Amino acid sequence: MAQQLHVELVAVEEKVWSGEAEMVVARTTEGELGVLPGHAPLLGQLAEPSQVRIKQVGGEQLAYDVAGGFLSVTGEGVTVLAESATPATPAR
Amino acid sequence: MAAQVRVLRQRIRSAKSMKKITKAMELVATSRIAKAQARVEASLPYAQAITGVLTALASNARIDHPLLTPRERVRRAGVLLVTSDRGLAGGYSTNAIKTAESLIARLKADGKEPVLYVIGRKGVTFYRFRNREIAASWTGFSEQPSFADAREVGETLIKAFSAGADDVEGKAGADGILGVDELHIVHTEFKSLMTQTAVAKIIGPMQVEDRPRSEGLLPAYEFEPEAEALLDALLPKYINTRIYAALIESAASESAARRRAMKSATDNAEEMIEKYTREMNSARQASITQEISEIVGGANALAASGSEV
Repeated sequence: MAQQLHVELVAVEEKVWSGEAEMVVARTTEGELGVLPGHAPLLGQLAEPSQVRIKQVGGEQLAYDVAGGFLSVTGEGVTVLAESATPATPAR
Repeated sequence: MAAQVRVLRQRIRSAKSMKKITKAMELVATSRIAKAQARVEASLPYAQAITGVLTALASNARIDHPLLTPRERVRRAGVLLVTSDRGLAGGYSTNAIKTAESLIARLKADGKEPVLYVIGRKGVTFYRFRNREIAASWTGFSEQPSFADAREVGETLIKAFSAGADDVEGKAGADGILGVDELHIVHTEFKSLMTQTAVAKIIGPMQVEDRPRSEGLLPAYEFEPEAEALLDALLPKYINTRIYAALIESAASESAARRRAMKSATDNAEEMIEKYTREMNSARQASITQEISEIVGGANALAASGSEV
């Protein structure tokens, strides 16, 4: 299955990252969770503070420190809403 | 005569330096408009996403959140006024204050007591000078507001709003804080570079639109945590986003208003320079003419007296 997730990471002041990914890992107030393509629609509040990891196609991984975040999974993809998002490790 | 020329020359000089200053401010404002517009643009994805999430949530959860239900008895209404920190922006702050004043008059006519929250030094000065009470004020970020500023404002407003829930007949309730029952915001909409209008809007309680959905059933969402808890967390954020949007739009309007004011100031300075230059030239010419006629008159007088001798 060569399915991909369309991921958007948006902060209030700007769109931080958007693109295709294989998996998104985030921690909601209920617990850690990984989103793969075909995941059921989900709305979650992210834990405070929390890190969102995006596993890109090809195995590279991006990590962002997210404050005041929400996670929304729909049929079209994953949207991470954040008050602020900063790269946890230098991107790339 | 020579004195008049000197005075005019001095006036031209001062008009020229004024023109230089206003021109520079015009250019700065122009570049700020573009920056502010870019920030408005950059904030759109989040605004759209949070609206989408709220729509999904509202159709799944019970909608009886305090921020969504109008209060039966509205005693006090909070008014958030967005003005500028600096002047020299034409009627920008005045228009916003005027709109706020008419909103306040309307609220008073409805038997509501207005509670003022002011952003921007100009608005604060206006109300301080008139000895009117301001519940809270923020200054220093009118031209370049950040989300942190908006959040600070939003938190204060939401706190006041939730404190108003248990107020009875204008007296503080169990929590001992006199809150508000409604939240209004007065800010300046950026219509175009030439038009900015001050508008008053209600931001709390929010109204849920019941729109028939065309694309059939919504997907059955899972919620983490429960939908009600999520709504609790999301709604204040949504209000903050609304305030942030109002702030950056006002910042764009402020720069546009300042640019226009400075443009007409520059034009006026140019006109003055031209007028004074003409006056100075004619004064100089008049003094030359006078000198010549004096010389000619003197020579004629000499010649006439000489011929008699």
